[in-house]
Amino acid sequence: MFSEFLQYLFTGITIGATYALIALGFTLIYNASHVINFAQGEFLMIGGMATVSLTAMGVPMLLAIILAVVLAGVLGIALQRLAIAPAKNADVVTLIIITIGASIFIRGLAQLVWGKEYHVMANFSSDEPIQIFGAVLNSQSLWVLGVGAVLVAILVYFFTRTLTGKAILATSMNKDAARLVGIRTQMVLMLAFMVSALLGSIAGVVVAPITFTSYDIGIILGLKGFVAAAIGGLGNGMGAVVGGLALGVVEAMSAGYLSSDYKDAVAFSMILVVLFFMPRGLFGAKVVERV
Amino acid sequence: MLKTMMRRASKVATVAAAGLLAMSVQAADPIRIGSFLSVTGPASFLGDPELKTLEMYVDKINEDGGVIGRPLELVHYDDAGNASNARNFASRLIRSDRVDIIVGGSTTGATMAAVPMVEQAKIPFISLAGAVVITTPVKKWVFKTPQSDRMAAERVLADMKSRGLTKIGLISGTGGFGSSGREQTLAVAKEMGIEILADETYSGSDTDMTAQLTSIRSNKDVQAILNFGFGQGPAIVTRNYAQLGIKRPFYQSHGVASDGFLELAGSSAEGLRLPASPLLVPDSLPDSDPQKAVVQAYKSDYEARWNAKVSTFGAYAYDGLMLAVAAIEKAGSTDKAAVRDALESIQGHVGVTGTFNMSPDDHNGLTADSFRILEVHNGGWKLVN
Repeated sequence: MFSEFLQYLFTGITIGATYALIALGFTLIYNASHVINFAQGEFLMIGGMATVSLTAMGVPMLLAIILAVVLAGVLGIALQRLAIAPAKNADVVTLIIITIGASIFIRGLAQLVWGKEYHVMANFSSDEPIQIFGAVLNSQSLWVLGVGAVLVAILVYFFTRTLTGKAILATSMNKDAARLVGIRTQMVLMLAFMVSALLGSIAGVVVAPITFTSYDIGIILGLKGFVAAAIGGLGNGMGAVVGGLALGVVEAMSAGYLSSDYKDAVAFSMILVVLFFMPRGLFGAKVVERV
Repeated sequence: MLKTMMRRASKVATVAAAGLLAMSVQAADPIRIGSFLSVTGPASFLGDPELKTLEMYVDKINEDGGVIGRPLELVHYDDAGNASNARNFASRLIRSDRVDIIVGGSTTGATMAAVPMVEQAKIPFISLAGAVVITTPVKKWVFKTPQSDRMAAERVLADMKSRGLTKIGLISGTGGFGSSGREQTLAVAKEMGIEILADETYSGSDTDMTAQLTSIRSNKDVQAILNFGFGQGPAIVTRNYAQLGIKRPFYQSHGVASDGFLELAGSSAEGLRLPASPLLVPDSLPDSDPQKAVVQAYKSDYEARWNAKVSTFGAYAYDGLMLAVAAIEKAGSTDKAAVRDALESIQGHVGVTGTFNMSPDDHNGLTADSFRILEVHNGGWKLVN
């Protein structure tokens, strides 16, 4: 009985950590620009697919990962420069629609370059699962959790201790005021897109050995990541992490104890319940509209 | 000025007339085989090898002198996996191309969209799609070459029974293939006296099925587990199965009987069994197997011509074309009603997919035995029986 519970918990936390990493990417761009970047899932896909194709070409794993992440970063900058920046004064909804268009474009490109097949990536460390109280844990899950924790720590440090991080926060709070004190807001936006692309691609690389990877893996994982971000309160890093983990655990528990048919229904009704009682999400900031 | 124009015009007219003449000579002769396939789009993994197979064998048959002394001519369209395109193309094949027989329809959707046109026009149609609905109930003019998922379920459950496994757990994808397979398995299990104690599902985009498998594993009476699904889902199920260290016998469906699946699932697939076309193991078939020569020839021909791995889907097109040819030879003409009657009476036609025995109540002509049970052994396929 207990071992089953533990198994569901492990499964949930592993999936949840993935959702959390994607949710963090959403949060970052939302903070800097109030745009919800629906191309976030595509960064995840780029990370996984580029690593797989580079290793297939004989590039050592570590180098392949670094190159894939850099590629995603460059793509993040390109997205901001070529798609978001030209629409400077458009309202947020227009920008969001642009990101949806960009995601379709990137996916199409990936399909042309890499084809439609699913690809495998080897586990970072051993293939042997770890036994804990009768439940098993994929060693890759530890990588997902570990990398996730490190990334969160780095982000916290970046936003509270570095000038650049503070500049991003300042831009999100008041763009005009930030510009007045000498922050180059376009630069900050570009940075936000780059960092969230890096984040997404790293998530894509660490989860690829568990989920496989293909050109369209970003659609559903991106959507789940968005749900996680919304549950946690858009724009709150802590909320993204808690929202992601909660979503993953609820999914696994309902698949295990209720019925696998209702798994996604339970997860998506969770967002309804949370937003009904706490419209700004679990950790959302209280915002007072000034009239 | 006028003169040169006149001269030019007469030249053009001569060329055009010559062309027309040449065309009418050709048009009088060939047997026109029509086809609509999903060569591009989401089902291109079906349509692409099917078209390659048709093109290759039409050429080959023509080199060998054609059928009943007439060459074959292939008229094909790409429906891109879209059922309404398929309907339009079927109508074009019938009305404007005036084909003698249709061999095509990569997906069940495309096939069913074309069925009303075919029935109305009274033209023999050999479909390359899998679902039971295509030939059950029997439609007068419609035949098909792939086995249905019901036969796959029968084959798997029969193998389980022969190993004394009568209480099983089922996990299936919620996509079209998985859910139809699930229904057929439930129905067949009831008839064969096999109890299904657990019935779990997963959606096509799920990335972890550990929870479902844990839930099945916790039922101590489950002796074996069957996964009915398509795409990457079954590969993830296989990996989770191995990670959880479940030791009970594991079965997959014919939906993943390809080398691509072995690549994805890796060493976790070791020991699992599935029903598959003999095309996966052409060299391990016993010499007494009548299909052996056909299967080996198709595989080597295809791979030599296209420099790509042969696929079971292309084999459906091979069987479709060969059945059409056999029927036309038997009928001795391309009279549609005669060809249809000949198709319906084909017995013991050895194809790549199986041995076809058509009858008025069976327009598929295959039995569950045409599936071979394969086991994954040292990262390759091993023929069990």
